[in-house]
Amino acid sequence: MKKSTKNIINIVLIALMFVVLYVLEQQFGRRSMLVTVLKKGAIYALIAVSMNLLNGFTGLFSLGQAGFMLVGAYTYAVLTIPMAKRMAVYQYYDGGIINFTVPTIVGIIAAGLLAAVLAWLIGMPVLRLKSDYLAIATLGFAEIIRAIIQWDTLGPITNGSNLLKTYPTFKSVIPVFIAATICIAIIVFLINSTYGRAFKAIRDDEIAAEAMGINLFHHKQMAFVISSFFAGIGGALLAMYQGSLQANAFKSSMTYEILLIVVIGGMGSISGSVMASFLFIACSEWWLRFLDTEMMLFGGTFKVPFLRSGFRMVVFSIVIMIVVLFFRKGIMGEKELWDLYKPRKNKKVEGNKA
Amino acid sequence: MFDKILPYLLSGISVGGQYALIAVGYTMVYGILRLINFAHGDIFTAAGFFMVYIATALPVQIAIPLVVVLTVLLGVTVERVAYKPLRSAPRMSVMISAIGVSYLLQNLMWYVTGGLAKQYPTIPWISNSITIGKATTKVVTLITPVLTILLVIALVTIIQKTKIGMAMRAVSKDFETAQLMGIKINSVISTTFVIGSLLAAVGSVLYFSNYTSVTPTVGAMPGLKAFVAAVFGGIGSIPGAVIGAFIIGICENIIKALGYTTFSDAFTFALLIVILLFKPTGLFGEKTSEKV
Repeated sequence: MKKSTKNIINIVLIALMFVVLYVLEQQFGRRSMLVTVLKKGAIYALIAVSMNLLNGFTGLFSLGQAGFMLVGAYTYAVLTIPMAKRMAVYQYYDGGIINFTVPTIVGIIAAGLLAAVLAWLIGMPVLRLKSDYLAIATLGFAEIIRAIIQWDTLGPITNGSNLLKTYPTFKSVIPVFIAATICIAIIVFLINSTYGRAFKAIRDDEIAAEAMGINLFHHKQMAFVISSFFAGIGGALLAMYQGSLQANAFKSSMTYEILLIVVIGGMGSISGSVMASFLFIACSEWWLRFLDTEMMLFGGTFKVPFLRSGFRMVVFSIVIMIVVLFFRKGIMGEKELWDLYKPRKNKKVEGNKA
Repeated sequence: MFDKILPYLLSGISVGGQYALIAVGYTMVYGILRLINFAHGDIFTAAGFFMVYIATALPVQIAIPLVVVLTVLLGVTVERVAYKPLRSAPRMSVMISAIGVSYLLQNLMWYVTGGLAKQYPTIPWISNSITIGKATTKVVTLITPVLTILLVIALVTIIQKTKIGMAMRAVSKDFETAQLMGIKINSVISTTFVIGSLLAAVGSVLYFSNYTSVTPTVGAMPGLKAFVAAVFGGIGSIPGAVIGAFIIGICENIIKALGYTTFSDAFTFALLIVILLFKPTGLFGEKTSEKV
């Protein structure tokens, strides 16, 4: 296939996706479960892809994602709360010290940029560490960020440990998908570029990559900063989705959840991460809901055992464990959805490589 | 001034001892499997819940040994089910599996308890209050460091003097060669998990006698801090982990005494990062070199 035809097909597919979304939203309403799942799923897809860029493509096992999302979410919320409502939100801090409001889109980009700057600073010392030490150090930084945001002295900016609210949110599913699609497309372009190949080289063998003239630190730093930029944007979108914001929700368990999504989708597969995100959110928010409510069968004579609040998450985590233990490649492995339609010849070449 | 600091110092030493008991589990597993056992903190929490439920039916003297046995069983089961199948897999997969187990245990505990905090049973004598100087504290605060040090001395003796201890040292030095020398890797690894879980169970009895309320996620923070302590002391080194744990426990409480409670958790991680940057092998860690 020629490149131009490929591009046309992609554009048509994306346009089709938005038409379907529009129809679904008209059909089921903005508050329906389906649309809610789509919104949250798209946000998680972006965050999971950003984490995959780091963990799956560059081989840097980082567990700091929740920290960068937190920075993004707070940057967005703090910058976009309307002036008229600041007094009410910052009631303990005299209305705060920020005396301006920026438009939504500027807020979102600022969220990404601040997360990226922070990642640049953190990356300088931390990226020298190897595998599990890197994991624990980034986890540590995420916790430190959370503590700093809740610090009383910063209250006039971050509102301390109180809720941030009344910032602009979205009502339709379309803007979320536009934002997520643009961001994921940028990551796909990046991965298919020279830089992307350098990232994969670093993942497969650091020493060999260095010998081939790839500047290890420079490329790791780049992957870390870009991943954090999109995590920041994802955080801002999540803040919009939730409608109110508190630092306490961004614990390390959030990072673990995203990591598990990436693993389920396949480390090193963008389309896998996207599918796994929608699957994860749909299961946890919607399809497995029935496990949380008690159920009577046969006209109320037989109570189905185990069904009560919390059982959903138990079943869910057992399924995740099964994937982690027995289907280590996840849904897609390192393949992409579009690889599956490639002619046979390419497959053979891949086989030889392995 | 000293009267003001004393209560914080006491609770620092006590918390340090509890972290030490958890940290030994981390450091031993890391020494042998090169795995950060993210589920260790949750096993510690599970021990707390075992006690909550068992103590309603049985007297404390029977409940405590039973809790220890159950916790050990849990620890070994986790190893058998979640880590053993991945023995030849990349280290990253095992770490992800550990995170998965942690997620599962937390959700399971949430399900069983209904997400409510449970009151930890009062254990006679060690929950009593005593007064030292002008500070009032619980007996457990004083017992913890003593018990911790005794247990650690016993453990170090086992590792230095017994056959299984020698096997452990061999496995942690070189996994594959040890296997070739006829050491049964799996039984050594199981023993490691038995010891780690046992100490976590003892640690949980001491910890929750002090804090009295158990929730499904309560173990995550002490777990991470104990891990930091293990890294601080040099991962793989048991005395290192214990010293690291005491230092972290004391520093944390002094920071609380100075009025920066928000930063007591952040401090631990800041310490971790500083250590990793300037002395990645920790206080007593062995140097390793990357092989091509």
